[in-house]
Amino acid sequence: MALYLGLTLVPILIGSLAAVSCALLGNFLVLRRQSLMGDAISHVVLPGIVAAFVLTGSMSAIPMLLGAAAAALLAAAMIEIVRVYGKVEPGAAMGVVFTALFAFGIVLLEQTDTGSIHFDVEHALYGNLESLVWLAGIEWAALIDPIALSDIPPQLPRLAMALVVVVGFLAVAWRPLVISTFDPTFAAAAGVPVRLVNAGLIILVAMVSVTAFEAVGAIIAIAMLICPPAAARMMTDRLLPQIAWSVAFAILAAAGGYVAAGAGVALFVEGVAVSAAGMIATVAGVTLLLAAAFGPRRKGAKA
Amino acid sequence: MDVTAFIDALTFQAGYNTAIVAIGAIFLGWAGGTVGTFLLLRRRSLVSDALSHATLPGVAIAFLIMAAAGGTGRYLPGLLLGAAASALAGLAVVEWLTRRTRLHADAAIGAVLSSFFGLGVVLLTVIQSAQIGQQAGIGSFLLGSTSGMLRSEAITLAALAALCALTVVFLRRTLTLVAFDETFAATTGVSIRRADLALMLLVLAVTVTGLRVVGLVLVIALVIIPPVAARFWTERVGRMMVISGIIGAASGFLGTALSASIPDLPTGPIIVLVAATAFLVSMLLAPARGVFANLRRARRYARAFRAGLASGEGA
Repeated sequence: MALYLGLTLVPILIGSLAAVSCALLGNFLVLRRQSLMGDAISHVVLPGIVAAFVLTGSMSAIPMLLGAAAAALLAAAMIEIVRVYGKVEPGAAMGVVFTALFAFGIVLLEQTDTGSIHFDVEHALYGNLESLVWLAGIEWAALIDPIALSDIPPQLPRLAMALVVVVGFLAVAWRPLVISTFDPTFAAAAGVPVRLVNAGLIILVAMVSVTAFEAVGAIIAIAMLICPPAAARMMTDRLLPQIAWSVAFAILAAAGGYVAAGAGVALFVEGVAVSAAGMIATVAGVTLLLAAAFGPRRKGAKA
Repeated sequence: MDVTAFIDALTFQAGYNTAIVAIGAIFLGWAGGTVGTFLLLRRRSLVSDALSHATLPGVAIAFLIMAAAGGTGRYLPGLLLGAAASALAGLAVVEWLTRRTRLHADAAIGAVLSSFFGLGVVLLTVIQSAQIGQQAGIGSFLLGSTSGMLRSEAITLAALAALCALTVVFLRRTLTLVAFDETFAATTGVSIRRADLALMLLVLAVTVTGLRVVGLVLVIALVIIPPVAARFWTERVGRMMVISGIIGAASGFLGTALSASIPDLPTGPIIVLVAATAFLVSMLLAPARGVFANLRRARRYARAFRAGLASGEGA
């Protein structure tokens, strides 16, 4: 039990917080057929981080987060410009913008001397959840020890904050969000600020993928924005139960994936490490596959 | 930038390998541009994103199998075969999810690309930490690289790219027919499902061939950016295919030449940036559908409209 709290529970908690924040917003992306917006935004986080590093010269969290958020918003705006002024279909517009920005990020990274600082693309893609342990939290007593508490990985409170913001946004914007998701024309006619709601959703997706990305890498963000809500769609026709299912699937994938990655270590030769982020995304995919094969509402009524 | 090195690369004088890679990139760009034209017209550009990410588990499994069989694990044709097999599995899952469940294509694509990629990462970390085989080449599938490429690998890729380009030229009539008029295509005896499958297999072939050079995150740019850029220049599919192919080939050529003449400039991202520049120029300046042309046209209509109003009032 001694190892349990700081070494296992904390990474699982971090993974779950990231997963739940993503899944909550993902429900609306999936319903609005904007799932790939999450994909595009997660890809442009990399150039944002590199640009922030080039501009400030520091690797600290705040400029990185700001840079990534700015890049995400810039990308969303560029996609909109290409779509509207270039009359390009949305999927292709996303493809053009995010590959161009990602390529720019890689070139910037290669041309900048990041020298001894640990920064590489692989880390950006699949994070390092395994390293986010709380060494001071070996004993349960550490939970009330302020010195030990200060040693908690900063990603934990940051992701908790992100989750609070997401839940707050859903609570405040619930009605306009739901109406504009299911019937944008009616929403506009009824005076709902549809564009504002759309922009708010995209900004929150950017914020969540950036915080999640910093803790667990881009692939968990993409997988969690899409897989749990998609699986939840197979279980019910109603929005609130769907959101509840997606949260359950997200936690299942985060915890199950982390444990499975740990078990994978024991399965293979001593010293073999398996990426927890990769495993979490895999479990999320398997959950969706099972839901798509056996879920009670898998056929639904396709609009 | 080293100008002589750049000119050497442009005239194929920068060494045998670089020349082969450049020729391969030209074919690859041409094939991607032409095949991408039909993908764009079918509104399925982002399916390529699912395909490219879905190659990773196949690459890793092929590596593991070849290493277990006693080889080094980095035999390129074997890795590409694995990539193609798992991309095909990914494509099948996307099709199954969109046909058999209530999910729309965007969610199916996103789910497949993230979970297949996740599985690939799991397998890669197994390979890396267990120190299996010679891993030098395996990381380059993520972001692509042409440095350190073996001569046999360069020749294999150039030949594959040429094969893709030839097949597109061969199939262009069927693909055009299906892209524009499914009913007419069906009455002339063209099987739409088969043509669609052929299109997807061609995209798959281009993606897999491009993996090693451009990397799996960016390879989709080869089939997405050139046709979107070409669309601004013309309203005719035949011309669009040619323009798109030329933009693709030129991006491949200029990209490899630039990366050969500037140190630390990775080939794949440079090819993508050259294509993106072509896109930007096309979107702003193309006379047929470019932004400026549209603005000018809109202003002319507005003026004519006002003139019409004014003369109407006078009469």
